[in-house]
Amino acid sequence: MKIIVLMKQVANKDAILRINKEATWIEEGDLTYEVNESDGYALEEALRLKEKHGGEVVVCSMGPQRVKSVIKDALARGADRAIHIVGDELAHVGPFAAAKILVEAIRDENADLILTGLQSDDYGYAQTGVILAELLKLPHATIVIEVDASGEQLRVKRELESGWYQWYSMPRPALLTIQSGISQIRYATLKGIMAAKKKEIKEVAPAAESSGGSHQRITKIYFPQKMKQTQFLGGGDAKAGASQLAEKLRSEARIF
Amino acid sequence: MSNGIIVFIEHRDGVLNKTSFEAVAAAQNLGSSLQMPVSAVVLGKDSAMAQEITAYNVGKIISAENEKLAEYTPDAYADAMENVIRALDPQFVIMPHTYLVRDFAPKLAARFGKSVVSDCIRADASESGVTFSRRIFLGKIDADVVTSGEAPVFATFQSGAYRGDQAEKGDGAQVESMPIEVGEVRMKPEPPFQEVKQAVDLSKAEVIVAIGRGIKSQENIALAEQLAAALGGDLAASRPICDAGWLPIDRQIGSSGQTVAPKLYVALGISGAIQHLVGMKNSTTIVAVNKDPEAPIFDIADYGIVGDIFEVIPVLTEEVKKLKG
Repeated sequence: MKIIVLMKQVANKDAILRINKEATWIEEGDLTYEVNESDGYALEEALRLKEKHGGEVVVCSMGPQRVKSVIKDALARGADRAIHIVGDELAHVGPFAAAKILVEAIRDENADLILTGLQSDDYGYAQTGVILAELLKLPHATIVIEVDASGEQLRVKRELESGWYQWYSMPRPALLTIQSGISQIRYATLKGIMAAKKKEIKEVAPAAESSGGSHQRITKIYFPQKMKQTQFLGGGDAKAGASQLAEKLRSEARIF
Repeated sequence: MSNGIIVFIEHRDGVLNKTSFEAVAAAQNLGSSLQMPVSAVVLGKDSAMAQEITAYNVGKIISAENEKLAEYTPDAYADAMENVIRALDPQFVIMPHTYLVRDFAPKLAARFGKSVVSDCIRADASESGVTFSRRIFLGKIDADVVTSGEAPVFATFQSGAYRGDQAEKGDGAQVESMPIEVGEVRMKPEPPFQEVKQAVDLSKAEVIVAIGRGIKSQENIALAEQLAAALGGDLAASRPICDAGWLPIDRQIGSSGQTVAPKLYVALGISGAIQHLVGMKNSTTIVAVNKDPEAPIFDIADYGIVGDIFEVIPVLTEEVKKLKG
């Protein structure tokens, strides 16, 4: 079974975000990056399916050279090879354009399964995977938390809202968007890191138009308006804040 | 020439999803600013589900019907909605940002060569057009978005962005049955189910102490437990903690877990992604402790401490014990 995993590099979750002068995007100069959380789980699921059923795991990522760190990490964890669609502007294309570019890069691979995370932690469109499935005419399922690939049909467990779940069957090839927490993510071993150095990373240029295909454009970004007037306590002294908080919970909020 | 707004009404097992009424409110709001008629669209095998919408102020209700729409599948829903849109030629297609819509809407939009303006919190109409606002970076930042190209514009609205009870009532809109073509359906759904009955019902808790990523390791959970005990409350968590297996899933608060509204909700090291906020934002008093002053949890907190939770928790636990005597 050949599995392609689409992975995106996003700003580190703990990074303090600052808005640029033009208020069009965040300051990227001093930003640190990491793999998009649910894409990490998609890779883990691909590796587990390969261990069970054999085959090959191919990672595909797009963006500037910095995304190599996500690719190398995936190879160290056990992916067999990678495709890097290189372009500085590719970190910022909309989901339809992104899906078109990805389709051209992976079409000839004829994968049995394409996995990706359910949404990105930066733009949060939650669409690229599903659009890509449509462009390739593949069936898909989103927010998947269990994959059974032992039968002729693929059987997947989808998360619904409020603690409900549902199994869906569909023919292969198919595309699945994976929910975080589907399984525990493995660490890269030293052996894996050494082995990764010999694995192929194919660099390709974006075949589809990467600009102009976007029908939505960000004009301005800003910090959200507060819904409540928060009383900030302690003024930087966390312990003092804790004492004041206990007193407020008693006298103002009347919790006890 | 394209005109009007259609709003997609979601239902499951014969019950209309309450976020559908929020979508109706969003569509009505946009409709009155742009002076465009709003039509509601319900998909199903018959028109039974459409009746409930007749109480709302919409121009008409399209009941798009096909046997294959008896159960939700992305193939059938995308086909049906595509045909409805081609028939009605609307300017805007408004939908609730639910798990179901997330599953088929991008597929639908792709057939029109575009993507969805997804997970919006607002839409403002002005002379120059409609500006949508959506949350990015897991709720830390808002972005204003404008669209271009041919109609329709597809947009989904986040749960809570508009209030369902503010959707305008009307005097009996007509239901129009529309038999609709649906092609091959490749996915076969099995009946939905709930995982083992939830052992813990947090919806009745008066005080909840919830932990997030900031707790750093499983060993540190004991600290939060002591605070919960001092406050006489229950322990809960955001999704990553349950994903890591540090607490069972029946302690999870948020869109995929439980929804709670206790008298006091203490969020420790939780940044406040929307998926978490929807599960707890109606709590009476919200306390947030986080080292990131821009964490979205502070947007809904009554009391906030910017700092290290490991400095706050022991002091707070002791002070609460002292004050309670």
